Amino acid sequence: MSVVLETKGLTKAFGGLVAVDDVSFQLQKGELLALIGPNGAGKSTCFNMLMGQLPPTSGEVFLGGERINGLSPRQIWRRGVGRTFQITATYSSMTVIENVQMALLSHHGDVFKFLPFAHKLYREEAMALLDMVGMAEQADRHCAVLAYGDLKRMELSIALAHDPQLLLMDEPTAGMAPKERVALMELTARIVEDRGVSVLFTEHDMDVVFAHSHRIMVLNRGALIAEGDASEIRNSPLVQEVYLGGGTLFDAEEDAHA
Amino acid sequence: MEFFVAQLLTGLANASSLFLVACGLSLIFGVTRIVNFAHGSLYMLGAYIGYTLMQNLPGAVGFWGSILLAGIAVGIIGVLVEVLVLRPVYRAPELFQLVATFGVILVIQDLTLIIWGPEDLLGPRAPGLRGVYRIMGEPIPKYDIVLLVITPFIALALWYLITQTRVGVLVRAATQDREMVGALGVNQAVLFTGVFALGSALAGLGGALQLPKGGADLLMDFHILAPVFVVVVIGGMGSLPGAYLAAVIISVLNVFGVTYLPQSTLVLMFVVMVVVLMIRPYGLFGREEVAGEHGQVGEPELPIKPASNSVRMIVMAGLALLALLPVFGSSFAMVLTTDILIFCLFAASLHFLLGLGGLVSFGHAAYYGGGAYIAALLVTHANSPMEIAFLLAPLGAGLAALAIGWVCLRLTGVYFAMLTLAFAQLLWSLVFQWGSVTGGDDGLVNIWPSDWLNSTTAYFYFALLFSVGGILVLRHVAHSPFGYALRAARDSKRQAESTGINTQKVQLLAFGFAGFMGGLAGTLFVFSKGSVFPNELEIARSFDALIVVFLGGVKTLAGGVAGAAFFKGVEDLLTRFEYWRLVMGLLIIFVVIVAPQGIVGSIRKAAIRLNILKQGGQT
Repeated sequence: MSVVLETKGLTKAFGGLVAVDDVSFQLQKGELLALIGPNGAGKSTCFNMLMGQLPPTSGEVFLGGERINGLSPRQIWRRGVGRTFQITATYSSMTVIENVQMALLSHHGDVFKFLPFAHKLYREEAMALLDMVGMAEQADRHCAVLAYGDLKRMELSIALAHDPQLLLMDEPTAGMAPKERVALMELTARIVEDRGVSVLFTEHDMDVVFAHSHRIMVLNRGALIAEGDASEIRNSPLVQEVYLGGGTLFDAEEDAHA
Repeated sequence: MEFFVAQLLTGLANASSLFLVACGLSLIFGVTRIVNFAHGSLYMLGAYIGYTLMQNLPGAVGFWGSILLAGIAVGIIGVLVEVLVLRPVYRAPELFQLVATFGVILVIQDLTLIIWGPEDLLGPRAPGLRGVYRIMGEPIPKYDIVLLVITPFIALALWYLITQTRVGVLVRAATQDREMVGALGVNQAVLFTGVFALGSALAGLGGALQLPKGGADLLMDFHILAPVFVVVVIGGMGSLPGAYLAAVIISVLNVFGVTYLPQSTLVLMFVVMVVVLMIRPYGLFGREEVAGEHGQVGEPELPIKPASNSVRMIVMAGLALLALLPVFGSSFAMVLTTDILIFCLFAASLHFLLGLGGLVSFGHAAYYGGGAYIAALLVTHANSPMEIAFLLAPLGAGLAALAIGWVCLRLTGVYFAMLTLAFAQLLWSLVFQWGSVTGGDDGLVNIWPSDWLNSTTAYFYFALLFSVGGILVLRHVAHSPFGYALRAARDSKRQAESTGINTQKVQLLAFGFAGFMGGLAGTLFVFSKGSVFPNELEIARSFDALIVVFLGGVKTLAGGVAGAAFFKGVEDLLTRFEYWRLVMGLLIIFVVIVAPQGIVGSIRKAAIRLNILKQGGQT
């Protein structure tokens, strides 16, 4: 198996607060890796560094062996990384298929063309992507009228538009109904299998995490405290403490264990 | 040294009314998010009302009482404006309210003319303060010293009101988060009206206070507007200390400018503003705007579609009819239609930026007037044939837009808008004061087209070809990948950037393109009139375009052109009457209130409701 994404000693400090502290991990090809942790653990900060939104204070990020930290989100996307947002980011004045077409236009380098009609370009490709996430029937609807779950699926198809090797999903099921959550993660798992994409995702819904991820990492207070498959994580005393014991007493209990 | 001190004192005295007016504007913007273009008009009213009161109230008590009463009277007028004009349109799309305030400007202009007549009024001297004090040997008017002393006290009183009282807490809270204040049970309607009254009263006070120095005239509304916006922006929107400091900087600078660089007084102010915003993008004491505040609010815009065949047929028929105009219309009709066509292209170029790009440019006249001036300068100084000038002028305007856009696009929201305005004013003052090259106020004349276009009919066809051609090109680009990318950057910069779209580059190019098209309109204009004057670069010209785009409908593709055609036509009809501004202003206010989506937008909405038009597409 080859390593798709690797971080070495990734650290981000905001003033005196170390939000992400020396995080190192590897993501294998075709792997569905979950990053979990309580609120404020540093998941989003971690994601923003991977995607180029935030420069790390120290440490490195490698994509397929190439160093990518310091690159802009645009450049990282061009290297084959797709992402979905915790709160959907869509072009609300366009139809569903036009949202996908826009990503395809960018991928094919057509953004600065003045002559063709945009809505005629890459329509079939876009339709295939929508079909994959089960949104083909809604292709010509105005995306501002969609249900939130449908928006999330649309965003997934946008993220897949440039056939990425890596998908970063920040809380893919946040704000969705329970049934939709399961459906979306099943869909994601299927895509991982079919396309050989690797996925790193953060999530609060433990059912989703345990049901579909191949491996789980637990982040607390910026540091990775556990890593393993579902049963290992479920049975880790440290993880149980973080989630059940309450963060406020964590230090004291840690001392007691030491 | 003595002279220096005297200059400094004069500058400080001049800062007084500027500060008051700017404070009012800043307060109103902070709480209601309305860019109140009519603020200069309220200042003018303060001066006129103060003048009348001073004529009737005797003595020192009468003088100072008049100033106070003028402030109160203008405050009451402010309440009327807020309740009658603005309250009905608070729910309209962002910035739509500024169109209403523009209508108020026109109404107040004509009402003032009707009540006080066209003559400039010389302000009465303050009783007991007629002479001068000698400070280090230099004569300083006593009134200046009084102003200089009382302004900090007024500033302090305002500061106390804003920082130490319950009302002040509410105002500051509303500035930061209006919705939250509403959720906490504060009656927003009362708060808004109150703040509008206070802001208006300050403008009125400022107007009355400067009477002994400047008097009252009908142009003072627009004349104060530019410096006031500059002060508010330099100081930082919503900051009182910022407004005071900026008012002092601008006034002192102005006094020294008059002495040492008399040719540059107008330019200086905008240079300072550009420099300050380059270093501190949110003004000296301003804070970063909360993200999303100036994004798309209200109903999301509908997807766009190229015009259907039936619409194309109608447009073709309309164009054919226009092309037949020389056959059945008078030469006057042709001149009028040429004017309208050119204005439509100008408006369409602004609509491209404003509607598709979400980039609110307050200074689009820079490219229109810029194009016109480049052409005129080429003809005047380089003896260039019309054809060459016609080619180069739009390109020059486009390049200017690229340069200006490059600077402005570092900012967002209202600061972006203000910076575009500053650049337009910079160009205007350059043209106005660089008389040896640009002819200054006298403009440039004898800019006629080549012989083959010298008849009204020939030029009509020429203008028809290029205006309609330009509008169609703008429309087509809206449907091209570039136009889509521009909308993508407006709708969600986050998504666009993380799918590889360089939004900054897209927006900059759109700026240049819109500037080019604006320049084309300006070039068409200069050869149709044979002359150009600085007013083609004025704030008023920028506002003209802004107003029609909003009234036509920002969120519709046809809005710009429809609004321009309608209002230019109406204006040409109305200007024959004496008090046309009053009628035009009322018409604008009326449209704003009954059609908050703009003309095209509201018609479309009605059509959808009546099932005439299918939902989901727009033309």
